Amino acid sequence: MSELYWLTIHEAQAMLGRGEISSLELTQSVLSRVLDVDNALRAYINLLPEEALAQAEAADRRRAAGEDAPLLGIPVAIKDVICTRGVTTTCGSRILESFVPPFDATAVARLRAAGAVLLGKTNTDEFAMGSSTEYSAFFPTGNPWDLERVPGGSSGGSAAAVAAGEVLGAFGTDTGGSIRQPAALCGVVGLKPTYGRVSRYGLVAHGSSLDQIGPLARSVEDAAILLGCVAGHDPLDSTSLDVPVPDYLREMKSGAGLKGMRVGVPREYFGGEGIEVGVEAAVRAALDLLVDLGAELIDISLPHTEYCIPIYYLIATAEASSNLARYDGVRYGLREDAPDMWGTYYDTRRGGFGAEVKRRIMLGTYALSAGYYDAYYLKAQQARTLLRLDFERAWEQVDLIASPTSPTVAFKMGQKVDDPLQMYLTDVFTVSLNLAGMCGISIPCGFSDGMPVGLQFMGPALGESVILRAAYAYEQATEWHKRRPSVS
Amino acid sequence: MCVVTSTLCPERTVAKLSLEEVEHIAELARLGLSDAEKETFRDQLSDILDYADILNRLDTRGVPPTASALPVSTVMRRDELRPSLPTEEAMANAPDAEDDQFRVRAVLE
Repeated sequence: MSELYWLTIHEAQAMLGRGEISSLELTQSVLSRVLDVDNALRAYINLLPEEALAQAEAADRRRAAGEDAPLLGIPVAIKDVICTRGVTTTCGSRILESFVPPFDATAVARLRAAGAVLLGKTNTDEFAMGSSTEYSAFFPTGNPWDLERVPGGSSGGSAAAVAAGEVLGAFGTDTGGSIRQPAALCGVVGLKPTYGRVSRYGLVAHGSSLDQIGPLARSVEDAAILLGCVAGHDPLDSTSLDVPVPDYLREMKSGAGLKGMRVGVPREYFGGEGIEVGVEAAVRAALDLLVDLGAELIDISLPHTEYCIPIYYLIATAEASSNLARYDGVRYGLREDAPDMWGTYYDTRRGGFGAEVKRRIMLGTYALSAGYYDAYYLKAQQARTLLRLDFERAWEQVDLIASPTSPTVAFKMGQKVDDPLQMYLTDVFTVSLNLAGMCGISIPCGFSDGMPVGLQFMGPALGESVILRAAYAYEQATEWHKRRPSVS
Repeated sequence: MCVVTSTLCPERTVAKLSLEEVEHIAELARLGLSDAEKETFRDQLSDILDYADILNRLDTRGVPPTASALPVSTVMRRDELRPSLPTEEAMANAPDAEDDQFRVRAVLE
């Protein structure tokens, strides 16, 4: 380890605390790494070098004055669907290309309070709708392991930046897998908290009953640190849970790791033609290691799994079509002027939204429209209940559930971009958790075809400590998370 | 069994959307679409809805719908004064404004 930009947050905290490095040196190292690789990788929509250096110097002054805070002087990046006061927040969309929020999202305010250096805003599929970051209105992001492949999505910019050493940690959002799937495809750790664990205030809404903000990092410990900084009740979000936040680091390291843990292995998540052989092999090998580490594997069934994609895509698009009605060219964002009000609405939304966003608005509007509401939206909500009950039954038998995060490794750019249904099917192992309101984490567990494979641990609502403990124990016994991609 | 392949049906079970239906949905969403987009969405939405038809295999009679996974009901805050966004900041992103008001095209003739 020679370069500061490869430090984990945990390592950087220690070195900053001992005065071995300054935040200014660390931030300069990371910024120079971004200048080296981001022309090719394109993880950032908006890099903030001057602001970041000023925040780093301020952090160094605070430390010199005897202050400390969990992220004091640590560079982090934010997915560009999370509002940052005074800093453009585009959502990867033409319609918000010049939108400058007058407030910080609660998660961002908490990161600032924790001393973080805000390095920049990362690329995303437009309004977080996609699984490859190819639906960004501006440009696609590459995968640091192979620039011709996608980084996953929609938090592909955050995952690629963390994997490539362009930042120490980042935040993404996960509506149906948008943190875990890019984490898996880029070989980093990604955690989706329980619905309500992290405030959604200032997160531009996609699917309001599903969205959560969560961390991406190069170690499980870093993910626990980042989660601890943003979790907790927020009076500005009525869906925020008023439940104390545990000390994730302490609970992660407490107990006997995986020893005695009952790990459910859902048979619906393994053994079909759609799962790449190399992905299944890596995950099976990881399960064997869990047993070596003292876990007990329990065969379980989640019988409604095959319905999760249509349930998700009817509910998420219905919610999105309603949420995106606000983009009308009146109060903020793009306006395409026409001779009358209705024409202005049509033209603004015609020019401002990309194909995938329009497709989802159309699907969601259809599912909610008179004559189809019962057949599609209500039916999907009832099926969502059945899917939740699958998991409630599972929690009677197991402490956590293990599965692949994605059925494939990162696919080639352009391969699925014109085939929405194939793109939707890439989310088959991640959406159930959002629909059931639970938590999950993806961690590196091997390689296939030279590309990273992710292992997913799903936990019950507010089970973050359990999945972190299992993930930490697995990570301590493996070296996968220490591999670095070739991008340079 | 793997869900990735078992649910992709080779034959269509739901009738394809008509062009008029596509135009009606776009109108409900106030979404301007080109003729080419209408045709593309007609095909793609039909495929997606056909795939979603597998939900009809489920017997959901008497099953309550889930709108949110949260165990929380309506949350109220105290009805008290607190600082709000200054007008100038609230108007700063307006495409067109005049005298602290958003300017729009005429709604009524």
